[in-house]
Amino acid sequence: MSKVLARLRHNPMTVLGALLCLAIVMAAVLAPWIAPHDPADQDIIARLAPPGGDYSLGTDQFGRDILSRLLWGARISLTVSLGAITVAMVIGGVIGMVSGYIGGSFDLIVMQVMDVLLSFPSLILGLIVVALLGPDLINLVVAIALTAVAPFARIARAPTMALKERAFVEAGRALGFSHLRILFRHILPNIMSEVMVMTSLWMATAVRVEASLSFIGLGVKPPTATWGGMTRDGFENILDAPWLAILPGLAILLLVLGLNMVGDGLRDATDPRLRQE
Amino acid sequence: MTEPLLRVEGLRKHFVLRKGFPRPRTIRVRAVEAVSFTIEPGQAFGLVGESGCGKSTAARALLRLIEPDAGRVLFRGEDVLTARGDALKALRRRIQIVFQDPYSSLDPRQSVGSALTEPMRVHGIATGAEARRRAAALMEEVGLPPSALDRLPHEFSGGQRQRIGIARALTVEPELIIADEPVSALDVSVQAQVLLLLRDLRARRGLSFLFVSHDLSVVRWFCDRVAVMYLGHIVEEGPAARVLAQPQHPYAQVLRDASPVPDPSRRAALPRIIGEIPSAANPPPGCPFHPRCVHAMPVCSERMPEWTPAPGENAGGVACHLVG
Repeated sequence: MSKVLARLRHNPMTVLGALLCLAIVMAAVLAPWIAPHDPADQDIIARLAPPGGDYSLGTDQFGRDILSRLLWGARISLTVSLGAITVAMVIGGVIGMVSGYIGGSFDLIVMQVMDVLLSFPSLILGLIVVALLGPDLINLVVAIALTAVAPFARIARAPTMALKERAFVEAGRALGFSHLRILFRHILPNIMSEVMVMTSLWMATAVRVEASLSFIGLGVKPPTATWGGMTRDGFENILDAPWLAILPGLAILLLVLGLNMVGDGLRDATDPRLRQE
Repeated sequence: MTEPLLRVEGLRKHFVLRKGFPRPRTIRVRAVEAVSFTIEPGQAFGLVGESGCGKSTAARALLRLIEPDAGRVLFRGEDVLTARGDALKALRRRIQIVFQDPYSSLDPRQSVGSALTEPMRVHGIATGAEARRRAAALMEEVGLPPSALDRLPHEFSGGQRQRIGIARALTVEPELIIADEPVSALDVSVQAQVLLLLRDLRARRGLSFLFVSHDLSVVRWFCDRVAVMYLGHIVEEGPAARVLAQPQHPYAQVLRDASPVPDPSRRAALPRIIGEIPSAANPPPGCPFHPRCVHAMPVCSERMPEWTPAPGENAGGVACHLVG
């Protein structure tokens, strides 16, 4: 584990990505204290104000402060993606582990179902779920989680299948351990690192899907500030006030980039093929 | 006579594979075919044979790590193969296994202390500080420092890991230990230490052993009785001294002659075994050994030889048309 951390520190891209993510998390956590204005306050006089002046990043068509809305919007992006990926990791991980452990035709059927889920692009699947359940925070989490269950099931299954052939699993059975104990006490700790590496990569996807759904109006309802929603609102005035769409788009880009950089770094650092260096 | 510790009757395990597309063929690998033997309390019973003869499968099947297809396994009169739930758990406490590969037999993320206390907790033997105290005592018993309890398996050598594996088997205070090639993955110098430890434990704790090995010299040193397996069958069984010194079955004779003799003057020309062990997926008819046997007669390829008891009390027996 410490070796993994050391390798991570030596990779400048990973450090940069981690700093980027950390900055956005800090912004989201501290939003109520550092936001210069209330994100819903409308200043009718200063509508569509350009960056600089009273409002450092300008205002939108209702005269709301862009900077404050970006800071508050970070909360939605992070809550939804973190929540969705946590749910997907737990459900997908358990499905993959149990399926790989039991094996046989049970495994075959479960994995076929996962393949069907996997064949839907995540945006389409999210769209269907939100359209069925209605747009709110919990439904968004459910929708995005559903799109990420199958990949986590696949990631958890492969090492489980390899581990269950090891003698220590047989030893556990000979010692009278239950299957649940073997799965969660002995197999789970050994596959955790592989699953964790995937979380940051899929977090980035979740951020993207959340933003896309908000962009097409299926995200958390207005007037709550979301990055995808702000980009869509900005689109209406893209010629007069291009910063309205560019700034939230940039925020999405930075978060996705940061998460991907951390994810790539984690994957390389835990890849046994790259360990010789 | 008292009841035996373990009685195995007609144990059978076939692995069925389906191969090929679009018309799959069913391949039946007859790994273990009607294996029977008994182990008396306190006895060390050796199961020998070359690799692929089904000896490890037999050991696993009688523990139900692999479900056998047929046969009976009685442990002190209790049926192992029909036991379920708590009864099976209780039986498993009394029969433990030590594995061949010390590198895969320990959970790489579990400290040694945890690996030794977990079985005690599961079986309600001891918890907390008491379990820890017992684990430390076991470490000492297998010749490792109790201070090593907090370390992870990768910090130990192969021989040390095998000692930990033995200590783990002892946590539940078993009566019978199935040792599946317990030293063949170790360096020769370490093999002797681990064997001495097993013999010490046997004497001190009155343990019985089912000792699975391909190494005749190890079996000769450790075991009271020996069964020789070939292609899923036991071809000869009896007291170790007799079976390994004056084997009656031609296969057992070849095995004896193939094991190194410490006296160079006797080394001379050894009868070589001909060919390879046949596939258990397609065993020869009649006696499984006849295609490689120098004494093969027409009858050998037609009928499976009967079990013929060797002369004398408890002297075992042999399955060969040459005898009886």
